[in-house]
Amino acid sequence: MTAETTSPVQPPETLERVVIRFAGDSGDGMQLVGDRFTDVSAAFGNDLATLPNYPAEIRAPAGTIAGVSSFQVHIAGRDIVTPGDAPNLLVAMNPAALKANIGDLIPGGAIIANTDAFEPRNLEKAGYLGNPLEDGSLSSYRLYAIPMTTLTLEAAKDTGAKPRDAERSKNFFALGLIAWMYTRPLESILAWIDERFAKNKIVHDANLAAFKAGYHFGETAEIFEHAYAVPAAKLEPGRYRNITGNVATAYGLIAAAQQAKLPLFLASYPITPASDILHELSKHKKFGVRTVQAEDEIAAAGMAIGASYAGHLGVTTTSGPGVDLKSESMGLAVSIELPMLLIDVQRGGPSTGLPTKTEQADLMLAMYGRHGEAPMPIVAAYSPSNCFDAVIEGARIALKYQTPVMILTDGYLANGSEPWRYPTSAELPDISVPFQTETNGEHPDGTPRYLPYLRDPETLARPWAIPGTPGLMHRVGGIEKQDVTGNVNYEPANHELMMHLRADKIAGIAADIPLVEVDDPSGEAELLVLGWGSTWGAIQAAARRVREGGAKVAHAHLMHLNPFPSNLGDVLRRYPKVLVPEMNLGQLSRLVRAEYLVDAQSLTKVQGLPFRAAELEAKMLEMING
Amino acid sequence: MAEPVTLSRKDFSSDQEVRWCPGCGDYSVLTAVQLLLPEMGLRPENQVFVSGIGCSSRFPYYMNTYGVHSIHGRAPAFATGIATARPDLDVWVITGDGDSLSIGGNHTIHALRRNVNLTILMFNNQIYGLTKGQYSPTSEVGKVTKSTPFGSVDHPFNPISVALGVEASFVARTHDMDRKHMMETFRRAHDHQGAAFVEIYQNCNVFNDGAFDGIVAKDQRAEMLINLRHGEPIVFGDEGQHGVIIEDGEARIVEVASVGLDRIAVHDEHRVDPSFAFALSRLSWGPVMPTPIGIFRDVERPVYEHEVARQLAAAQESGVADLDALLGAGNTWDVV
Repeated sequence: MTAETTSPVQPPETLERVVIRFAGDSGDGMQLVGDRFTDVSAAFGNDLATLPNYPAEIRAPAGTIAGVSSFQVHIAGRDIVTPGDAPNLLVAMNPAALKANIGDLIPGGAIIANTDAFEPRNLEKAGYLGNPLEDGSLSSYRLYAIPMTTLTLEAAKDTGAKPRDAERSKNFFALGLIAWMYTRPLESILAWIDERFAKNKIVHDANLAAFKAGYHFGETAEIFEHAYAVPAAKLEPGRYRNITGNVATAYGLIAAAQQAKLPLFLASYPITPASDILHELSKHKKFGVRTVQAEDEIAAAGMAIGASYAGHLGVTTTSGPGVDLKSESMGLAVSIELPMLLIDVQRGGPSTGLPTKTEQADLMLAMYGRHGEAPMPIVAAYSPSNCFDAVIEGARIALKYQTPVMILTDGYLANGSEPWRYPTSAELPDISVPFQTETNGEHPDGTPRYLPYLRDPETLARPWAIPGTPGLMHRVGGIEKQDVTGNVNYEPANHELMMHLRADKIAGIAADIPLVEVDDPSGEAELLVLGWGSTWGAIQAAARRVREGGAKVAHAHLMHLNPFPSNLGDVLRRYPKVLVPEMNLGQLSRLVRAEYLVDAQSLTKVQGLPFRAAELEAKMLEMING
Repeated sequence: MAEPVTLSRKDFSSDQEVRWCPGCGDYSVLTAVQLLLPEMGLRPENQVFVSGIGCSSRFPYYMNTYGVHSIHGRAPAFATGIATARPDLDVWVITGDGDSLSIGGNHTIHALRRNVNLTILMFNNQIYGLTKGQYSPTSEVGKVTKSTPFGSVDHPFNPISVALGVEASFVARTHDMDRKHMMETFRRAHDHQGAAFVEIYQNCNVFNDGAFDGIVAKDQRAEMLINLRHGEPIVFGDEGQHGVIIEDGEARIVEVASVGLDRIAVHDEHRVDPSFAFALSRLSWGPVMPTPIGIFRDVERPVYEHEVARQLAAAQESGVADLDALLGAGNTWDVV
């Protein structure tokens, strides 16, 4: 295909933004199609945000609602912050995909359906009595009924692929069609197909044939009025790439280790939705990254702490159930005051909960989920690319204050993607801290000794002396330690002193983190929306809409949740009304109410899905007008 | 490089008062280790003792080395992190029967399976001491303790069988009444490349006193301890009159005179197949029958952290990685 042959006959209509949802059976390759479409759109220069949604089962029963997998992508010619509330276009590969997703489509939106899959058995599995493509029930939408399977089989008939295999290329037909509809440049998709399927010529040829067939179908079938163009967005100047939260987390760890001048050590146990961080880091041995797939979550935490004791940047990655199991180890890390990172990619709970869906319900677990008084700093990422910054900030705190740090992301950030104006390494902070190499005290007889709990007076951090250092041999452990010497000590006053020292050390970090900024363009808003984590995009989008409608609203978003920024109390008290939207049952709202005695109102959503801007907009307006 | 200095036990003893019960078997193990390390010419700063929870796990506090008193059962995990990060260090794991085989059973078997270069000293006193006298996973069936007033109905682990069952590359047994045997066993365990598992029969004189008297008391040893020596027929008794034969995979005790010395099994530590050593481990179900001590198995296989380091070195052969190249890999575009 060349640029000449790809131009549609009619000039494309320019759209500012469009939301497309690809939906099919979990075996239909919808995530792949979504990824490709995202990639080509990012390279084209659109701003974008994505929302994958897939079942926990690897292959849920084919054709059922439970087995539907979808990928939503929002592309725009301007700066956007969410994957979009409601799709403009739904690609439905079977009846179940249609049924599960039709309710989200905007009124008058477009549906592209694979008619071949709308046969009696599939219709029955999806719970349809008749065929919705034929019974007029979709008359309020623009329906494009296309026999994608038939056309794919026809296109692939000369590739040598057996019909059953060729049928699986139908997702590439869909991708080709949508690429035509939205005038995507084809080069990167074609190059990707060549590279990805280089080792299997038949599959390569079938996918390529299906992709081309889909593209040409759009061009020639005359059922589409015209194609659409979504121009490149005017983003902040710089060099961009597309990135998901989990990859940004992995890159953030590599960058943090480099900026700390330490080797990176990751121990992790596979768990959805965090495993991709382990997968990504396992590739990067060239950076000296050691990855261990531990026998369980507890071992992973222990290994990471052991590596930190030995002088590496020790990290463990997991999701909520893994945090439960690591709790005792984190208490030890708090007690022996070593720098390490625990990254919790939150998912729906309790228990196994909704493994593939997003939630923010581990905040209290991060704050208080250890026995005894065991405070840990908490840093939460607010967008996929911000995971990179959150990890570096977490590592900075861990090293400077010699403490384990909890980093919270979630399933939405982990799998969602966005364009990222990535930094150069020269722009990253130096977060290195020196190891202790000399004795720092004396015995009563004047001979030098090492005091492992002699603290830095400013940060209250203890020195970090690693094994192999002559003269600084010392023991650390979970039993209460004497102040300064670190010797086992059970004295009442010493315990109380150590409890306060550990608490004060973490509380003192407040002086070393940025003040919370308030986005309040008019400066006259009465309502402050306080968020944390992945709700950032939806709150921003909702606040824009509120302001476009002439009302006033302020937005503040927390990246540091323990300690809170030192001005948070003042900020909260400046606004008569405070709304805290969270994907839990009100955890941050409880924390700020307890801490600052403000009447923060909670808005909660626990459906395994992110907030929609419209939901937040409605609540903001209700509170503004109420 | 520091000049070689002759160190002594004192250089490996911390200034902390040892707080085990008077008469505890742990003292003799501590002495054996503190004597051995200087004898082997090891440097204190290169030794890391990692323990879990239990009486024996206080051990690191008494060593003038690096040490981590971690959490219950997890010492092998912490030690794996240390050893994998720093293959230059000697990493010792100090653990007990409850710590390593009950709450920490999973970490023990996986450290052995991975063959992490650890020297694991497992103090087996067949009782929970620190929690004041409950039965342990190595206590005998019928054991009456605070938590089993009617006698334990749990079948115990044979720790040597467990270690061999997971194909540990070095497996040995010694006891706290024989310092020389302990030191020699620990030396071999330390020098072994990979995970070395040493079961130490250790007397808890408060909650399980005399548990091993039937085999380790001086007047019992000849008849009740079977000293395994590589390359030699497995015989015991004052005159070497008893021996071990292995038939159909099963080890049995026989009188040498009645079967002839040539039918007696010759010990081979280096057999790749662990079945031979496993058969030996089944000779005794507890310290009430003739019990093999010494090295059951000592075989070479790839060491975990060496393999990790090898992969890193191979990946870095073509040069140092560049973060900017990583961030800018794949599709990028400029916005002006």
